Amino acid sequence: MTGHSKDASTQAVDAYTAAQAAQDAAVGHRTRSFRLWRGADGSGSLHDYVTETNEGMVVLDAVHQIQAEQANDLAVRWNCKAGKCGSCSAEINGQPKLMCMTRLDELPDDEPVTVEPMRAFPHVRDLVTDVSWNYRVKPKIQRFTPRPPDAPDGTWRIDQRDVDRVQEFRKCIECFLCQDVCHVLRDHHKHDEFIGPRYLVYAAALEMHPLDVADRVTPLKEEFGIGYCNITKCCTKVCPEHITITDNAIIPLKERVVDRHFDPLQALVRLVRGPQKSP
Amino acid sequence: MTEYQTIDHDVLVIGAGGAGLRAAIEAAKDGTRVGVVCKSLLGKAHTVMAEGGMAAALANVDDRDTWRVHFADTMRGGQYLNNWRMAELHAREAPARVRELEAWGALFDRTADGRILQRNFGGHRYPRLAHVGDRTGLEMIRTLQDHGIHQGLDVHMECTVVSLLKDGDRIAGALAYDRERGRFRVFRAKAVIIATGGVGRAYGITSNSWEYTGDGQALAYLAGAALTDMEFVQFHPTGMIWPPSVRGILVTEGVRGEGGVLRNGAGKRFMFENIPENYRSQTADNEEEGWRYTQGDKDARRPPELLTRDHVARMIVREVKEGRGSPHGGVYLDISWIKEKLPNAAEHIRKKLPSMYHQFMQLAGIDITKEAMEIGPTTHYIMGGIRVDADSQMSTVPGLFACGECAAGLHGANRLGGNSLSDLLVFGQRAGQFAAEFARANTAPSVDQGVIEQETRTALEPFSRGSTAEGAYQVQEALQSTMQNLVGIVRVESEMERALMELESLRQRAQRVGVPGNREYNPGWHTALDLRHLLVVSEAIARSALARKESRGGHFRDDYPDKDPAFGTFNHIVTRGRGDDMQLTRQPIPPMPDELAAIITEMQS
Repeated sequence: MTGHSKDASTQAVDAYTAAQAAQDAAVGHRTRSFRLWRGADGSGSLHDYVTETNEGMVVLDAVHQIQAEQANDLAVRWNCKAGKCGSCSAEINGQPKLMCMTRLDELPDDEPVTVEPMRAFPHVRDLVTDVSWNYRVKPKIQRFTPRPPDAPDGTWRIDQRDVDRVQEFRKCIECFLCQDVCHVLRDHHKHDEFIGPRYLVYAAALEMHPLDVADRVTPLKEEFGIGYCNITKCCTKVCPEHITITDNAIIPLKERVVDRHFDPLQALVRLVRGPQKSP
Repeated sequence: MTEYQTIDHDVLVIGAGGAGLRAAIEAAKDGTRVGVVCKSLLGKAHTVMAEGGMAAALANVDDRDTWRVHFADTMRGGQYLNNWRMAELHAREAPARVRELEAWGALFDRTADGRILQRNFGGHRYPRLAHVGDRTGLEMIRTLQDHGIHQGLDVHMECTVVSLLKDGDRIAGALAYDRERGRFRVFRAKAVIIATGGVGRAYGITSNSWEYTGDGQALAYLAGAALTDMEFVQFHPTGMIWPPSVRGILVTEGVRGEGGVLRNGAGKRFMFENIPENYRSQTADNEEEGWRYTQGDKDARRPPELLTRDHVARMIVREVKEGRGSPHGGVYLDISWIKEKLPNAAEHIRKKLPSMYHQFMQLAGIDITKEAMEIGPTTHYIMGGIRVDADSQMSTVPGLFACGECAAGLHGANRLGGNSLSDLLVFGQRAGQFAAEFARANTAPSVDQGVIEQETRTALEPFSRGSTAEGAYQVQEALQSTMQNLVGIVRVESEMERALMELESLRQRAQRVGVPGNREYNPGWHTALDLRHLLVVSEAIARSALARKESRGGHFRDDYPDKDPAFGTFNHIVTRGRGDDMQLTRQPIPPMPDELAAIITEMQS
């Protein structure tokens, strides 16, 4: 183990040197310009602010600093500040992102940083939007329905591989950035007919849950509007959890819908045996 | 006369984290009308941040585990100040609560034979934490949320409680405002469950989000309920420290559970140097044994990095104070070294600790599979809180219940990692059950219009002072640095006395803060109203800490560095006095029944 200690010690020195260099580069914390959307209920405009920034700062830090020092009533929604709760969604330089996970040093430094609310939802105030539609959609999807327990003590036996298969979907932090960027919702306002990528991921998580026996295929087609998605993959591109929304969730669900409703052989089987969950 | 809307429920739950949701689901079981009020959107509460897992003696990985061992571990970790009945109920009922979560759709990692996998964690004798990678909290809150939305709950999102309402001695409901429009709402309820979580925002460096301003503890205190053991604050040993903007963000104990080690600035693994007597027989005395433990060797003892959080945090502070820290005032936490032991280490780390990998890569530009993390202690949890009856979770105010972090008793002087998520489920379920029973057994209370009028007027006062007065953020920041510097990890009498004086002057300043703008989604106003609660919990922490002239668990006194058996016989109680002054008294701990005492003796060997 002595060899290892030496490595760590060298590493500590390296880390120190690197950190010192970084600190030196950051001397005299620079000021940066921000353009933040201010206003209520849809009307508003971009307001200019200038604030001090330092190494590693994220957009949310800058917004908070402006709020504390220059605009106490600046409305912004946030919680964990670690990319886990999905509260601080916004459009930063026109891109849907989490404010807490967007570092200032990854944005161009020769222009102001523009922060606007998500545009696919009704505006409340400043950077806050009304996302309550999302909370009304979820209960419409058939809830988790497990098969009877596998063991006499009421528990189940599940293979880790079957757990792994759906974990990707269960990482979703419900930031609704995928809903914000989906043109079916954003441009065509099909909120009454289409549940959006977030809830297609949710439906996929339930459909592929190793214990679930409910059937959501017909509602996906008839109530939830899965046909509206024309797989442009905009949702996948903005997902902060890197969920492959289109390829791994939406396309397999579309395939189930096709198998069920457009395959003549399946239709015949269904006629004889009644609807059953896809394998 | 201020306008407000009145809403009736049988049971009102304040808070929608793990405890609040579990309580609400239970209370609604038999058709009881349940309302849930939460400051954020549903599913965003701090439970989402819990990483490691939930402790339950399922004995899936090590069949020597039983509720009795879990009980003994919890009591030892809490330095025997715990409410032993709560520790017993928790250890007995946690397995059923975890299995129930699975029946509601939670997907935990599995053992080779397909059962729920369990991992090692500090202070737990056997691998005990059911988990999903390092995002167990998200799995838990989403499962409760997705189950809860089908239980007929009436959820009021982004709604903040200003004060509790009473009808004589019993609870009658709560006065709140909706954050979006700033309109007042009166919730009338036969029973109220407080599940508001912690107080982390009373400190400058914390893993907690903006919500954790001690609302529940302060609301209960102001309504006449007793608080207990408020001096016991847990400083989690591993928070991020660099860059400055991420300071305080949690680094899961799971990193150490998977083999991560702590090294000082000189590269030395310092945790072997100072192993407390009561843990010596359970702790590895060499690095090789420690590694084998993390890899599931049942004959190996745990590495000293997995000692209790209070101890690990103090050892880190010592290294830094004595000049052996890392460049930014912490120490190193290294998981990358396991590449010496495992062929596919990088992939293994990314699979076991995906959120940590992501968090460091994105926020600090550090690849934890290649480099060590720089970490230091961060305010994480409060063991103290609202005093409750162990079985029913009812506070000293009839009809007022509390569960989860805002309630106290289970954890004593120090909480073991993993015992929080199980606490939320076990006592959330109990609070829900007993609150619904209370509601069924009692008639609807009436609320006092005069009190509502007075409280709404007080709440709106900051607007009349406008933006020329001092802002709420400045007072909040001053309070945070007072608590951080004077009532932090290492405490001393003179500093705590100064803290109490400063808190008094902060109280004056808080009464004079002004807010610009109007009532619609105005964070300046929200922060101004939070100050009252922050001040109450800060004073309770400082007064209790000053009076405990010993060191025990999360409470460390530089002027009384040793544990004093005389202080191990009582809990501190904080109540509101007649003249609005805070009263501190001692409540003797009742003797343990023989059956439980025998378990403690048996497990000590």
